[in-house]
Amino acid sequence: MSTNIPNDRIVIQTADFDHGDEVNLLESDNNEDGAVVTFCGRVRNNNLGLDVKGLTLEHYPGMTEKSLQNIVNTAREKWSLGRVTVIHRVGKLLIGEQIVFVGVTCKHRGDAFAANEFIMDFLKVKAPFWKKELTNQGEKWLDAKSSDTNKAQEWKSE
Amino acid sequence: MIKVNFFAALREALNCNETQLEVNEPVTVEQARLLLIESNPSWAKSLTNNSLLTAVNQELVQDDFIVNPNDELAFFPPVTGG
Repeated sequence: MSTNIPNDRIVIQTADFDHGDEVNLLESDNNEDGAVVTFCGRVRNNNLGLDVKGLTLEHYPGMTEKSLQNIVNTAREKWSLGRVTVIHRVGKLLIGEQIVFVGVTCKHRGDAFAANEFIMDFLKVKAPFWKKELTNQGEKWLDAKSSDTNKAQEWKSE
Repeated sequence: MIKVNFFAALREALNCNETQLEVNEPVTVEQARLLLIESNPSWAKSLTNNSLLTAVNQELVQDDFIVNPNDELAFFPPVTGG
C-alpha cells in the first residue's frame, strides 16, 4: 500500500463530495485490494407519508470524528481492510443531495461488503448526528428507528 | 467546573446549547443531571426523558459514570444520521 495516502479518511463537511473522486482515492496506488465497496446515502423526498423538502443535519463536533474513528477501528479488528473512507455532510441539504459516503477496499468482496454495512449500521446508532426534516407540515426532528438499533445489535450476536 | 452541552431537539427544548456545573468533586452522570434540574427546574421533564444519551469527554456513557471537574458532559437525543 502506498504510504502517501492514509488508510482512513474520515471527514465531516458542509460541502458536497464527488463519488468518482472518492473511488479514485480508494483505488489509486492500491493494487493489493481487489474489492471496492461504496455506499452513498441521499436525501429522499418522502418519509413516513410526508413530503420532505430538505433537511438540516446537526452534529457534535469532536465527538463525531472520534465516534466514526472508533467504528472504523472496530471494523478493522473484525476484517482485514485496506482503505476506509467515511464522509458525512452537515448543515442544510436539499432533496437528492448526498449525505453520507462509506467506501471500503480489501482483497476480496465478502469482507468489503460486510465491513461497509457494519460501518453504516454503527454510524446510524452511535455517531452523534441529528436530522431535522423540513416537510409540508413544518420542521421536525427525526425520531431514531428501532430497526436501526436492531440492525446494529445483530452484529454483536455474531 | 463541568462544561455541559446539549444538542438537537434537547438543545431546542431547553433553549440552551451550553452551560456549566460548578462542582469541585467528582459526581455521577445522574447526580449531574439532578444538579442541572436543581438550578433550572423547568428542565426537569426534558432532562429526565429516559431515551436521552449521555457522553463524557465525547464518549457514550451510562448514568453511573463518574464525571470529574473539567470534564465535558453532553446530553442529546438518540442519533439519526446516515
